Amino acid sequence: MRGLRWLPVLMIACAAAFAAQAHAEGAPEFHLVLKNHKFEPATLKVPANTKFKVLVTNRNATPSEFESADFNREKIVLPNSTITVFIGPLDKGTYKFFDDFNQATTGTLVAE
Amino acid sequence: MLGIALLVFREVLEAALIVTVVAAATRGVPRRSVFVGGGIALGVIGAIVVAVCMGFIEGSLGGIGQEVFQAAVLLTAVVMIGWHVTWMSSHGKEMVQQMQRVTDSVKAGSSSIAILLAVVALAVLREGSEVVLFLFGMAAGGAGKLGFIGGVPLGLAGGVAVGFALYFGLLRIPIRYFFSATNWMLVVLASGLAASAAGFLIQANLLPAWGNQLWDTSWLLTNQSIVGQAVHVLTGYEARPAGMQLVFWLVTFAVLVAGMRFMSMRMAAQKRRAKSTSRSAVSTGATRTA
Repeated sequence: MRGLRWLPVLMIACAAAFAAQAHAEGAPEFHLVLKNHKFEPATLKVPANTKFKVLVTNRNATPSEFESADFNREKIVLPNSTITVFIGPLDKGTYKFFDDFNQATTGTLVAE
Repeated sequence: MLGIALLVFREVLEAALIVTVVAAATRGVPRRSVFVGGGIALGVIGAIVVAVCMGFIEGSLGGIGQEVFQAAVLLTAVVMIGWHVTWMSSHGKEMVQQMQRVTDSVKAGSSSIAILLAVVALAVLREGSEVVLFLFGMAAGGAGKLGFIGGVPLGLAGGVAVGFALYFGLLRIPIRYFFSATNWMLVVLASGLAASAAGFLIQANLLPAWGNQLWDTSWLLTNQSIVGQAVHVLTGYEARPAGMQLVFWLVTFAVLVAGMRFMSMRMAAQKRRAKSTSRSAVSTGATRTA
């Protein structure tokens, strides 16, 4: 029981240790803008087999959720703000993403 | 209206499944409905607070506030469930007896029940905050009144109905196996929550993925489908899991099972000791009369 109580502490310590290491290497940045409930660009080209960052800016007046089942990410983007999402490394291929709050808003990530 | 109903349904479903498993695991405990209801109410208040503070949460940790918050909420729930299942391993048999005759010792269980109240509250808070933000967006985006009046109750009712269906399904488990079944469900559920937490920490780049996609079973069951989502909540199923998520799942599972085993072994040892003391007391009494 006592060991169990230390579980979150252990996990956080692990996370912190890896954080220092992971943040040291700079990941390439890519930008996506949500405007009039459309992703711009609708197709984003990214390098395959590399970890990268996507900065999603929401220029709508309403909140959105940047989500993808293909590359397993979800994050809320408030109006007039920008979020950062780390993605990959991905294999070569195309990956769909969408706005979970407006499911008609979709885009594609092309890893090459 | 259907869009609103569907999103509300999806979020409510996730929370409802967790609430259901907790409700089943606390079957027979007095005032349980007060605890579960209180947990839901606290969760709803928390959801509104979180939704309002989302900008602050996100900005507070240099752009990874959401992920850290989600992971913290999930891991807190994991620890609380862990506490409950290990506690149950030493008291589970008593609880089965209490089903037949309620004794004073039931009150001893309330500390663990309070912990499960928090698990309910956290589940509702996590899913509820998304609903609040979504509905706020819909309102600001000029969705009609009809959409709200029809969509929200429809989604809510649908999600709650699935929860109740699962609950009455679980009640069919014979009482002898009931608490060990709900305990195992809680262990698997907690392992899944830990895997989800790992997913958020990977997304924030706080943890390495250890294999971005270990396998792809989306041809069999996608996480986007309703069934996939339900299985995801109950077991942590991911169609495309990262290696680190699997590690979190397995470690949590192993730690909880070890904790349960340890507690029930300790309990058995205590009982044996108690029995042998009473026996020796009886034998001394016998010699004295002789």
